[in-house]
Amino acid sequence: MSPDILTPVLTSRWAEERSWTLETYERTGGYRAMRTALAGHPDQLIQLCKDSGLRGRGGAGFPTGMKWSFIPQGSTGPGAKPKYLVINADEGEPGTCKDIPTMMADPHSLIEGCIITSYAIRAKFCAIYVRGEALHPIRRLRAAVAEAYAAGYLGTDILGTGFDLDIVVHAGAGAYICGEETALLDSLEGRRGQPRLKPPFPATAGLYASPTVVNNVETIASVPYIVAGGAEWFRSMGSEKSPGPKIYSVSGHVERPGQYEAPMGITLRTLLELAGGMKDGIPLKFWTPGGSSTPMFTAEHLDTPLDFEGAAGAGSMLGTTAVQVFNETVSVPWAVMKWTEFYKHESCGKCTPCREGTYWLVQILERMVHHQGTPSDVDTLLDICDNILGRSFCALGDGATSPITSGIKYFRQEFLDLIAEQPVVPRPEQLADVEAEQTLKLSGASA
Amino acid sequence: MTLPEGTPEKRPGPAAPAERTWQAQPPPSPVSPVFDEVTRQRAKEVIARYPVARSALLPLLHLVQSVEGCVSQAGIRFCAEALELTTAEVSAVATFYTMYKRTPCGEHLVSVCTNTLCAALGGDDIYARLSEKLGVGHEETAGEPGTTGSLTLEHAECLAACDLAPVIQVNYEYFDNQTVESAVELVEALQRGEKPRPTRGAPLTDLRTVELELAGFTEDAVVAAAAVAGPSTSPETLRGNGIATDRGWAAPALPDEPPALPALPEKS
Repeated sequence: MSPDILTPVLTSRWAEERSWTLETYERTGGYRAMRTALAGHPDQLIQLCKDSGLRGRGGAGFPTGMKWSFIPQGSTGPGAKPKYLVINADEGEPGTCKDIPTMMADPHSLIEGCIITSYAIRAKFCAIYVRGEALHPIRRLRAAVAEAYAAGYLGTDILGTGFDLDIVVHAGAGAYICGEETALLDSLEGRRGQPRLKPPFPATAGLYASPTVVNNVETIASVPYIVAGGAEWFRSMGSEKSPGPKIYSVSGHVERPGQYEAPMGITLRTLLELAGGMKDGIPLKFWTPGGSSTPMFTAEHLDTPLDFEGAAGAGSMLGTTAVQVFNETVSVPWAVMKWTEFYKHESCGKCTPCREGTYWLVQILERMVHHQGTPSDVDTLLDICDNILGRSFCALGDGATSPITSGIKYFRQEFLDLIAEQPVVPRPEQLADVEAEQTLKLSGASA
Repeated sequence: MTLPEGTPEKRPGPAAPAERTWQAQPPPSPVSPVFDEVTRQRAKEVIARYPVARSALLPLLHLVQSVEGCVSQAGIRFCAEALELTTAEVSAVATFYTMYKRTPCGEHLVSVCTNTLCAALGGDDIYARLSEKLGVGHEETAGEPGTTGSLTLEHAECLAACDLAPVIQVNYEYFDNQTVESAVELVEALQRGEKPRPTRGAPLTDLRTVELELAGFTEDAVVAAAAVAGPSTSPETLRGNGIATDRGWAAPALPDEPPALPALPEKS
């Protein structure tokens, strides 16, 4: 039997009265999975996570159980080092707005997930790195952590099992790049948030050069449900390779934007139906399946299944399932310019292709949008993108090229038309400068 | 060609520089007087939260910003001394992050999202109108910094509330679904010293109080409890939930008891 079109799991508590309190959480079944987990062996939990097929919800879709199993264990060698769990709650990818409501409305599900995960990977310290602008989620998480300590779910000898865990809710300070896991770790160590060269991967040398698991909020908040329901239950939603429920954040030119939790693989057509269709009936022009770093789609992709394979098969990525919908009134070169300005601002400056490339991309796009483009600009843009893609430490540089290359792929004519629209005198400001300079020279020569 | 007379050894060498004595730099003050005993105690508490002291740097910078309204040279020295770092190391970090302001801020920080989606829905117009109205640009302050009704304006990157676009944050509390008119009203109220209720988040205080909260401290337990209870969901947040309830849709039911965990994998 196929599951329903919407399947609230992670969002199921959001409408409860005082949903963020321990009392509500436990009344609705919370912290039972933790008891089951702590009664088992950590390796059983890693196996359960593998069996469930859970894949990272932060964008990359890496199998979570496999990530946990990479942590070296044992009493000698690398396994003897302390292990850490770090939660990536630095939600900032344009369009993405799923983790902030999760942490605001249901912080205990994340904390219960942290307890189970830390037990599985044998970590005694867990940091939740929340972006600094997300003040209310930070507040709610800290209150929830305090409640969990008071209830004996955190601290030393949790529920008499001998397992110790401390959780710190760490506020970031406004840097998109810290959503990249190694930049996040540097930031958490009190440094500039700049990505590290991999390998070594965080599983062997992460926080304080010790084995570390970095997982997204939605990933870890799913863990208590997997323990409570089992791998089969989780796999009853979604597809073979992309199982489970997922929060789709629909925003932009639709009648009813919002959060829609559905089994993986829902299509934009269905999401649009649920969201009341396009706003004011103005037709769809382009949309992103999972944030601005995922190549854009058009109306021809209305029936693309939004799971990891479906999005990749159609030439994009699932990303964070941040579905941003734009109608016919929005200029693609303008939207691409705005996104590129974002990447330029957020480039950390470590790698030259990304630092310099995003700077020049913005220059070209801004002048194009201001009707001062030249016929070679489209090729220059693609050439710069080719020099950024795959040539930086982290995915920010790659992401910066996505809106441009996909925008030109689907809307090349719109870029060319914009260039063709330029005034008869190309670059009037420059011309004025040149003329002024010449006048100055002439008057200087005659004096 | 004329050559200088005599052998090089006989020529007088360059005159030895006159001996100069340099005034010894006074040792830096142990802690700038700006930061009182309470702040010093709080710094110690922050450091104690982490396995490695340096991890406390970001919260400490929030802490000094809560005292001074920005991260000043004194604030940088305070953090450096607390963590036994150089001021250069702390400056490198402080200048990397957008939320640490280098010049004194207003009572409130008004952040207008101008990323693509918010901009397309009106964010650019809101920012332009507020900038014109306040007569200030990005990260500039209208009014004497720190006084009641003084406002620092900034255009922000995606604030992760795209289903509620266009959004504004005041001291990082959300004001959702804004228009040019509502934004102007909001700013006028703030300038009059009023504190309009955010759509989601706690009742407004001021930027310094919020920076203290980011560092992990609150002044008043009752106020803190009320802040936690501030609204967190909006109709948009609950839309999928509402449709599921109306149409009788749900996830497959969880079993009454959690199923047995899988068998321990064989050691390979």
